[in-house]
Amino acid sequence: MIRVVLPAHLKTLVKTHGEIELDVVGVVTQRSVVDALETRYPVLLGTIRDPTTKKRRAFVRFYVCEEDISHDDPEARLPEAVVDGAEPFFVIGAMAGG
Amino acid sequence: MTGVRVLVGTRKGAFILRSDGKRKNWDVSGPFFGGWEMYHLKGSPVDPNRIYASQNTSWFGQLIQRSNDGGVTWEPVSNQFNYDGVPGTHQWYDGTPHPWEFARVWHLEPSLTDPDHVLAGVEDAALFQSTDGGESWSEVSGLREQKSGSSWMPGAGGMCLHSIIVSPKDPERIFVAISAAGVFRTDDGGKSWRPINKGLRSEGLPDEDAEVGHCVHRITMHSSKPDTLFMQKHWDVMRTDNAGDSWVEISGNLPTDFGFVIDVHAHEPETIYVVPIKSDSEHYPLDGQLRVYRSRSGGNEWEPLTKGLPQSNCYVDVLRDAMSVDSLDKCGLYFGTTGGAVWASADEGDSWEPIVRDLPAVLSVEVQTLA
Repeated sequence: MIRVVLPAHLKTLVKTHGEIELDVVGVVTQRSVVDALETRYPVLLGTIRDPTTKKRRAFVRFYVCEEDISHDDPEARLPEAVVDGAEPFFVIGAMAGG
Repeated sequence: MTGVRVLVGTRKGAFILRSDGKRKNWDVSGPFFGGWEMYHLKGSPVDPNRIYASQNTSWFGQLIQRSNDGGVTWEPVSNQFNYDGVPGTHQWYDGTPHPWEFARVWHLEPSLTDPDHVLAGVEDAALFQSTDGGESWSEVSGLREQKSGSSWMPGAGGMCLHSIIVSPKDPERIFVAISAAGVFRTDDGGKSWRPINKGLRSEGLPDEDAEVGHCVHRITMHSSKPDTLFMQKHWDVMRTDNAGDSWVEISGNLPTDFGFVIDVHAHEPETIYVVPIKSDSEHYPLDGQLRVYRSRSGGNEWEPLTKGLPQSNCYVDVLRDAMSVDSLDKCGLYFGTTGGAVWASADEGDSWEPIVRDLPAVLSVEVQTLA
């Protein structure tokens, strides 16, 4: 079971206030986690990454275990702490504004 | 009992303002989709409870929301706006080719006859349509693929298709306006298009007869005169009486002819309204006085409408989709400002009152007249 934390705007879209728990089939990677998220919540299609190219949106970041993994290989296996649910997979909306 | 429902899109959510036919007391609901930019909301003319809304942020992209109960509840529908084929390039600000990239939906235009049919004007400029209530979208690609498409260039606000008018006399005839390309018309339901910008003069274009490249801010039409269109261009207020084949300037005695909005009285096809803005480098009213100008002669002779509007220290803008008219017997007008006010007139513009004053910056205002 993978724990996912969404930014506030996306929590609103999926109508949740807390973490999301996901079952991810196969190797747990950035891509497979987001695949599972979009399958569970079709409203998220296009909000985290381009639905065709799968490219992450410019102002979205992925953090795990206190590391920014946004630029890592999206097919790379995530740390065990995320795979076994000890640590969440964070989807972050970049800080911006003024 | 008749009434009105005003759909307001702002930089930080949507609001719905309701009143009876007197338009004196208002019920305000919202924000809906708080924190999101709501570029446009518009209801179906044949099913007023069917409303479409464009929801966007730079962070999380585009969503389209649909309501079937007049804006009480909403459901997301498809946000997949894929250009047809290999989209190619248009001109970037520096003149280099730039790939067509979808950014957002600026304007939604529900069909005059079918609540499930809706057109969407998007940035980078293209026209999309849905025939299933927004569940899927396809590009009306003849527009972007007509021969001038690769030379279109964005205006300062992006290369947006912001105005869509379907002729009430002939649904095969559609007008669209793009900033900064100009106005285009199809007479065959979107298969083929041509630029209709003859008579427009735009400083900054080296060729004064340029077929495209004009920064059109808004076009509008009265349903009883489908060959007459009015335009607020970047500078200049214009009209055509031959469906865009040629345009003439009608700025007349306006104190400045820069602006964004333009609209037509619901019952008088030669009564038009604009909100003059000082200049393209100072996006606020002249002398800090918020004034709507009305022409009852189809242009050239304009009168300022000031009663109730702030006449000092007012430095807000009124954006292109932020004016609307109702069709009650005494035509009502509404417009929203970047300062967060929505102003209403229940007497054709003679006097004004604010419905709300402190919303986020208003991007769009659409009114529905309810039976």
